[in-house]
Amino acid sequence: MSTIIEARDVVKSFGHTPALRGASIAVRPGEIVAVMGPSGSGKSTLLHCLAGILPPDEGEVWFAGQRLDTLNETQRSELRRDRFGFVFQSGQLVPELTAEENVALPLLLAGTRRAAALAQARAWFGRLGLDGLGSRRSGELSGGQAQRVALARGMVTKPQVLFADEPTGSLDSASGEMVMSLMTRAAREQGTTVILVTHDARVAAYARREVIVRDGMVRSLTGAAPSAKAAP
Amino acid sequence: MSVPLTLLGLLEREPSHGYDLKRDYDTWFGRGKPLPYGQVYATLSRLARDGKAIAGPAEHGEGPDRKRYAITEAGVADVEEWLSEPAPPEPHLQTVLFAKVVLALMLGRPADRYLDVQRAAHLQRMRELTDLKERGDLMDTLLADHGLYHLEADLRWMDHTAVRLDLLAEEVRQ
Repeated sequence: MSTIIEARDVVKSFGHTPALRGASIAVRPGEIVAVMGPSGSGKSTLLHCLAGILPPDEGEVWFAGQRLDTLNETQRSELRRDRFGFVFQSGQLVPELTAEENVALPLLLAGTRRAAALAQARAWFGRLGLDGLGSRRSGELSGGQAQRVALARGMVTKPQVLFADEPTGSLDSASGEMVMSLMTRAAREQGTTVILVTHDARVAAYARREVIVRDGMVRSLTGAAPSAKAAP
Repeated sequence: MSVPLTLLGLLEREPSHGYDLKRDYDTWFGRGKPLPYGQVYATLSRLARDGKAIAGPAEHGEGPDRKRYAITEAGVADVEEWLSEPAPPEPHLQTVLFAKVVLALMLGRPADRYLDVQRAAHLQRMRELTDLKERGDLMDTLLADHGLYHLEADLRWMDHTAVRLDLLAEEVRQ
């Protein structure tokens, strides 16, 4: 059974406060997994460790057969840029750039020529119901529109894994559902794995399975081991 | 769901044959659970007996004889009364969920384990309803939403209860 990304007994503390106390999770390619749990349970810290944003204090993180936690910051940064996509709760767009430029940004940073990057970015606007909004700046977009632009930016590089941390947390329920529907459809079409952190059961219901983080450990609700093998 | 009152409501639009009523009921309200013909005709007979609807003469044509039913003034009054009354807000004060949690605590069994299994079952149903929304039309979406909001409320209650299990355990063991 192959896994695309995996945490093995990850421990992470902030000062004297432990956030993860031996968290393990394994996710198969193309899977959409919801990571649930109460506030302060460590679910966002787990996402940050899996994505190479935070180095774990102990344990291992593996991505595509490669040890991620032992890479240096430059290597992890390249990995995040080239192989991962990110959608956070809000406030992610660069206000000085147009919506199109925001979406094209990861491609530009990876060295794609401007015209090609913008063309690829534009292709996402129709797909996400954002026609005609490419030249707007973030202040001229509604919350739902801005989050769809952020989703386009997270997906434009065709990442292997999309990390979404409370992606609908600042949206009303209708806008949030639209973002979730578009996100999961786009991920399925591209074969992108999604790690979705949410405390909202209605958002988690867009995932194929859920795990729960409690007291810094990952558990499956059904009692099975929270590994890729437990996935349906 | 009151089948007689719903059929009566459909009859208020226009006089209809049993076949048409069944088709419209299944389209708008059936949602994968079609109304059996037998129930349609039995209901129409009762409505006619009770003076809520009236059956026209048998119409001869291809197939079996068919009757067209029309709503009566008494039937219209029933529909009007039904639509103006609130449905009872389901109180669920004696739910299975609650009973299982309390009994588990009384018996010293793992109530938290039960709550997790119940959460998984609720989330699985929420996934199915979300899939239905993704594939379905507006009516499917609104019906699925109704289910999703109720399941979400249950889940919130489970979360709320999970953090109070110790207190509840003390109460039930007194």
